[in-house]
Amino acid sequence: MSEKTLSEITYRIRRFNPERDSTPHWEEYRIPYSAGMTVLDGLWRIKETHAPDLAWRSSCRMGVCGSCGMLVNGKARLACNTQVTELGGGTVVVAPLPNFDIVRDLVPELAPMFDTHRALMPYVIRDDAQEQEHPTGEFWQSAHELEQYLQFSYCIKCGCCMAACPTYATDALYSGPMPLGQAHRYNSDTRDGGFSARKRVLAGEAGPWRCHYAGECSRVCPKGVDPAKAIQLMKRELVLDYLRLHKEHCPAPVAKKPTEGKRRDNIPEAPPPTV
Amino acid sequence: MIESKGHPNRLGLWGWFGGGRWGVERYLYTLHRLTGLGLLTYFLLHILVTSSRALGQASWEWAMGTVSGPLFKFGEYLVFVAFAFHAINGIRLGINELGFGVGPPIEPVYPYRTSLDFQRPLVVGVLLLAAIIVVMGTLNFWVLD
Repeated sequence: MSEKTLSEITYRIRRFNPERDSTPHWEEYRIPYSAGMTVLDGLWRIKETHAPDLAWRSSCRMGVCGSCGMLVNGKARLACNTQVTELGGGTVVVAPLPNFDIVRDLVPELAPMFDTHRALMPYVIRDDAQEQEHPTGEFWQSAHELEQYLQFSYCIKCGCCMAACPTYATDALYSGPMPLGQAHRYNSDTRDGGFSARKRVLAGEAGPWRCHYAGECSRVCPKGVDPAKAIQLMKRELVLDYLRLHKEHCPAPVAKKPTEGKRRDNIPEAPPPTV
Repeated sequence: MIESKGHPNRLGLWGWFGGGRWGVERYLYTLHRLTGLGLLTYFLLHILVTSSRALGQASWEWAMGTVSGPLFKFGEYLVFVAFAFHAINGIRLGINELGFGVGPPIEPVYPYRTSLDFQRPLVVGVLLLAAIIVVMGTLNFWVLD
């Protein structure tokens, strides 16, 4: 649908107010279309002109914060990152992300996802606590080592992958693509030494073995993180570990400061380190 | 664990079958589960039928007579089709789930290329191989029999 042929657009929104409703219901709103309008822009318009009590989460409006994940025309997406025209020009159907309880209207209860995320220790684990608390320099890492986890570090925790996962739809015990993808992000970071600690959670029923590569998480991810790939790569590491073939690495050491070489006269001193 | 007081919104089985425009791997996932359940049902029935021999000759002949009709022959054919798909697709899943064929981690540059695109030739190969086996089995079941 071209922008010139659109003058008005219909939104069909799943509404739920826990103080008033026993079950969610659908409501329709017609609003004028404006060029470049995103699904989020339309929601703001509806709030201003039709339904001041309409609730959703959003913040950055540029696909960075991950707050506005919702089910738009049957697909989990970021409302701020979805142009109305790319939906084909028909009714825009908006519902809260499935597989999460509904707090109100388009607000999903993401706490269980973050609970699981926390349980998988999504941070660098090392023995040298002193160096971590009071760093004397950067940990050494090659460009190749960086590439092993960089893709997975772009995750914005929007929950779209969890809403699209068919396994998570039927199995509440399954950790889900986001927490598992982030566990692999840290497992594959050479600065980290927490594989054994995370393995205790990953080897259980909640771990990656519930995933059977439907791939929907990767298809809906608005940042190209590809959690399905992370989970399959993590399974390989777990199998290698079971066979005692997993390469244990010592967490990357602190990079040595250059001792040789001479500063050119016209280069100013670097500012003091911030870490 | 934080107790949620919101309205339940888990898709359940609808998450397998509906809810949106999914990719081919999503449908293969559902088909793999359904054929797995079908094969499991067949195995249970198979054990039930063959165990009738333990109850004597008459019981065995009654059981074999019951499952020799055209409906059960068609059921056996469906079991064969389910087996052909489940076995071949299972090999694909075994390969992918060991981290092979999904590609290395890459810099996500829009339009994003996922591991699904990377392993798509494997999906095509699996479907072709399963189709060839099903055609050969169909001939054996219904034409050459």
